Amino acid sequence: MDDQKKMILEYVIAEYLEEDDDQEIDCDTELISGGIVDSFSMVSLKRFLEKKYSIQIPDADASPEAFDSVNKISDLVDRFKNA
Amino acid sequence: MTYSANIRAALEQELGGIKEKGLFKEERFILGPQKADISVEYPSGAPASDVINFCANNYLGLSSHPDVVKAAHEGLETHGYGMSSVRFICGTQDIHRTLEQKLTEFLGTEDTILFPSCMDANAGVFEAVLGPEDVMIADRLVHASIIDGMRLCASMRDTYKHSDMKHLEQKLEMHQDKRIRLIITDGVFSMDGDLAKMDEIVALAKKWDAMVFTDESHSSGFIGKTGRGVHEHCGVMGEIDIITTTLGKGLGGASGGCVSGRKEIVELCRQKARPYLFSNTVAPVIVSGAIKVLDLISGNTERRDKLEWNTNYWRQGLTDAGFDIKKGDSPIVPVMLYNAKLAQDMSRDLYHEGIYAVGFFFPVVPQAAARIRTQLSADHDQAHLDKGLAAFKKVGEKHGILGLGKKEIIEKFGK
Repeated sequence: MDDQKKMILEYVIAEYLEEDDDQEIDCDTELISGGIVDSFSMVSLKRFLEKKYSIQIPDADASPEAFDSVNKISDLVDRFKNA
Repeated sequence: MTYSANIRAALEQELGGIKEKGLFKEERFILGPQKADISVEYPSGAPASDVINFCANNYLGLSSHPDVVKAAHEGLETHGYGMSSVRFICGTQDIHRTLEQKLTEFLGTEDTILFPSCMDANAGVFEAVLGPEDVMIADRLVHASIIDGMRLCASMRDTYKHSDMKHLEQKLEMHQDKRIRLIITDGVFSMDGDLAKMDEIVALAKKWDAMVFTDESHSSGFIGKTGRGVHEHCGVMGEIDIITTTLGKGLGGASGGCVSGRKEIVELCRQKARPYLFSNTVAPVIVSGAIKVLDLISGNTERRDKLEWNTNYWRQGLTDAGFDIKKGDSPIVPVMLYNAKLAQDMSRDLYHEGIYAVGFFFPVVPQAAARIRTQLSADHDQAHLDKGLAAFKKVGEKHGILGLGKKEIIEKFGK
C-alpha cells in the first residue's frame, strides 16, 4: 500500500469508526454504500484531502461513488494532483 | 385512472419488503387518555389489555392533568377551535404571543417563535439563518428532524463523533474559514438518554467563535434543578444561541414546538422559516393548555422532583436486577439487548405481563445496539415501578440475560 492510501485509510478509521468498533476496513471496503461514511460526514474527508494535498475537488466530482473506497478516493486525489 | 395496477403492485412490493425485514410498524390503540395506566387494543380488534405505560414522552404526567384539560376547555371557549390562517396573515392571537413570552422566560432566552411542531422548527431554522458561507457541525446522534432540517439548508454540513469534544474541536478548527460555525446537538439524546456536555460545548464555542444549537425536546420541563433543560443542568443558561423544543412531550404532550434564542435569529425565522410561513400555527386550545403547563411548572418543581426520584429508583432497580442499561441522568432508560429478535421477544413478553415498553433496533438505532427503551413519568407511582421491575426481572430470567453484559449477550443471541 502506498503512503497516500495508507494516510487516507488511517484518516477514515480515525474519523468514522468508534473506539469500540471491531469493524475492519481495507482499501476496497465500501465506505458509503457500506454505511461507514454518510453523505454528511463526507465533507470532512473532502476538506482533509484538499488541505493535505493542496488540491480543490469540485462538488460535482465529490460524488458518493468517488468516495466509496480508499482506492477510489486515492484515484480521485491523483486526478486533481495531476490536473 | 392513473393509479395503475403496476403502480399498486410496485408499492405493495415495497411494503412487503418492509415486512420481510421486520421493520413494519403497527399502531396500538389506547382506549382513553394518555397516562401511566392505560388500556390498549393490540393487535387491532383484540380485546383490550390493561398495561402500565413505560414508553410515553409524558415525562411530567401533564398530558391529562385536570388543570391543563380545564385550561384547554377555556381556551376553546374564549379563542375558538382554529385560526384558518397562517400567522402573518390573520392567524395570530394574543395567547400565541403570551405563550411565546412565557417560553422565552422559561428557557432563559431573548425571544421565541412557535411552530406547528418541533419537527417543523428543526426543518425551518437552519435554512432561515444560515447560508452557503456557513457550516453546521452536528453530533452524529442528533434527532432525525435535525438531519432533515440540515438537508434543507445550503450550508456546509459536517458531523462529530457522539459527545466527543476532542473531535468537535478538530472540526471547529478545520472550519475556521467559514462565516458562521453552528454546533448542533440534542440536549438529551432520545435513544441513549444521555445528556450533551453543554458546558464543554459552550466553552468550545467561545474558544472557536461558534454558535450553539440544542434541541431540548427530551429535557424541557424536567432536566436542571428547575426543569429548564440541559443548559440549566450544565450551568450555561443564557449562553445558548438557538434552542428548539416541543410542546408534545413533557410540556403537556399535545403538539407544537418552537425556536427560542437570540432575537435576531427568532426574527429571521419569522421572516423566512418556511414551516412557519406556510402552515397554521398551534391551535388555540393547545396554546391555552401549554400556557397552563408553564404556569404549573414555573413556580413548582414537585412533578420534576418526583420524576427524578422515579428515574433514580427505576435505574437502580434495573441495575440491581442485572440488566445492562445505558448510564445517564435522564428519564430515558434504555435496557440494552443488542439483538433485534431478543428486543422484540422481550417487549412482547413484557406486554403479556402488563408492561408496555417497545423494542428498538436497526435502523432506528445502530446495528448490534437493539434495546427496549423505557421512559419514566411523574405519573408513575412506586407501585407502578415495582410492578414494572418485577415483570422485567421475570422476563429477563426467562431469556437468561440477567447479569450478562454486551459481550455475553451477543455471544448468546448474536448481533
